[in-house]
Amino acid sequence: MNNLVVFPILLPLVTGVLALLFFRRVHIQRVVSVIGLLLTAAASTVLITQVTHSGIQTLNMGGWEPPYGIVLVADMVSALLVVAASIIALACLLYAFRSVNKEREEHHFYPFFHFLIAGVNGSFLTGDLFNLFVCFELMLISSYALIVLGGTERQLRETIKYVLINIVSSALFVASIGFLYSITGTLNMADLSNRIAEVGQSGVITLIAVLFLIVFSIKAGLFLFFWLSGSYAAPPAVVTALFAGLLTKVGLYAIVRTFTLIFYHDPDFFHALIGWMAGATMVLGVIGAISYRDVNKILIYNVIAGVGFVAFGMAAASRSALEGLLFYMLHDMLIKTLLFLLGGALIAVAGTSKLENMGGLIHRYPLLGWMFFISALALAGIPPFSGFPGKLLLFEGGLQAGLYGLTGIAVLSSLLMLYSVLRIFIQAFWGEPPAGAVRRPYAVNGLLIPAGILFVFIIAMGVGAEGMFQLTSRAGDILLHPNVYIDAVLKE
Amino acid sequence: MEILMCVAVGILFAVAVFLILSRSLLRIVLGMSILTHGVHLLLITMSRLKTGAPPLLGELAERYVDPLPQALILTSIVINFGLTAFFFVLSYRSYLKLKTDDMEEVRGRPYE
Repeated sequence: MNNLVVFPILLPLVTGVLALLFFRRVHIQRVVSVIGLLLTAAASTVLITQVTHSGIQTLNMGGWEPPYGIVLVADMVSALLVVAASIIALACLLYAFRSVNKEREEHHFYPFFHFLIAGVNGSFLTGDLFNLFVCFELMLISSYALIVLGGTERQLRETIKYVLINIVSSALFVASIGFLYSITGTLNMADLSNRIAEVGQSGVITLIAVLFLIVFSIKAGLFLFFWLSGSYAAPPAVVTALFAGLLTKVGLYAIVRTFTLIFYHDPDFFHALIGWMAGATMVLGVIGAISYRDVNKILIYNVIAGVGFVAFGMAAASRSALEGLLFYMLHDMLIKTLLFLLGGALIAVAGTSKLENMGGLIHRYPLLGWMFFISALALAGIPPFSGFPGKLLLFEGGLQAGLYGLTGIAVLSSLLMLYSVLRIFIQAFWGEPPAGAVRRPYAVNGLLIPAGILFVFIIAMGVGAEGMFQLTSRAGDILLHPNVYIDAVLKE
Repeated sequence: MEILMCVAVGILFAVAVFLILSRSLLRIVLGMSILTHGVHLLLITMSRLKTGAPPLLGELAERYVDPLPQALILTSIVINFGLTAFFFVLSYRSYLKLKTDDMEEVRGRPYE
């Protein structure tokens, strides 16, 4: 029992409510938001040191012993993701101060921002399937509000599709929880794992597992990403950056968690299935990324390709693949947010998102240009940045598992990802400005400070990869041996 | 009783899918609401139906209904309330802005 586990969920909720109370006074909202997020980041840092020193931390809500009550679990996997989520949230918040207009700020931008963070942290920390659904909904409802806030024609149109897709998949989620409950009689993830181990993975349980895979794949944008490209292009850059960093990763975390902890008894079938989906996602995502001539669209399809990478690690599921999966996922969260923040700054200074109307920006915005260049290298996994160690482990794990074709696709698609992002750099920053473009100077440095925070972490993760390995390999242990998790939850 | 409920859930799901696949935005919202109600019915059926027994986990009770699915449904109904209200407002706003409630006409513009 450790009460600290609830703080990464509780603090954003309280901050959100406080920001709601001061909705006419933007300055107070800003101060409260920064303080709340700093406290959240501090709480999650303390949490991760506790997990490092004394193993998995659990909290039985309301004193109900598992498997009866709702339990919050912080193991190395969730603790690392919560820390990454706090860092991303902080960077996005500072970016929002400079980029979100006053009208949006007064109409509850910050409360929804914090509720979203609470939902994300809750999804990472929960140890109960229905509570996972509730946290998903908390996160999704905030994301509906953030995506439509502003009410332009395009936002309304895309929000209808986004809301509908997510409601249908949530209904499927509850239906699959109902089926699973009727067979096992429990919703606690550790207890579920035990019960399924007792009765064996029959055909019905495989069917339910496929239902869960469909639900989580829709949320994560794994293969079923048809909704993602439209809805991520609609809201302001900072909202897209937040979504790209957090929302798809929550779906991926759910896939990783359920298929390493609960449905791990039939690996051949599921790993083959996830492998096919990962391959298709990487190929289709990269095709999208190299075929568009629009900054937003290129970055959005890069998000999809990144989802394919994480799923590739899940399909290989060897020791180094699982360690690499977690390392890559942390890197992916940071780098995708960073790229969208820089992309938003780029669109703001160029006044357009079309690549053919840009050019020659490096002379006026050298810092932005070089940050974008280095982020592109980090995205592709050029050492010494953070993408390299994760990808290396993933490829190694893929080869160990004998997935030569899939590893080939992964190598090729990571090269094409580099090409697609470098093309933005070449066309926007090199060459001559397009004729007839009227340029007013834009104070971009305020936008680059929050991007700089993420930038420091990208470099630190690459240079300090040795230290990160110690954390991710412990997380890999938990993913490989579900018994560690089960014992920690059900021990008392 | 369970068989009957399963048939009812199936009918609700079919109606919901039919409505969601239609072109009018209002029908889609209604279909979404019916879908979640079908899911709630499914949840309560999954814990076995026992008419007349109270939802207690008493120590000496001879017959009792599992209380957990009822708690789950309560949570899910509340979420569904909020979502339906939000979706209706969203539909109304987009009707005012886009001047149509036909999903076929709600497409991207070529300049995007």
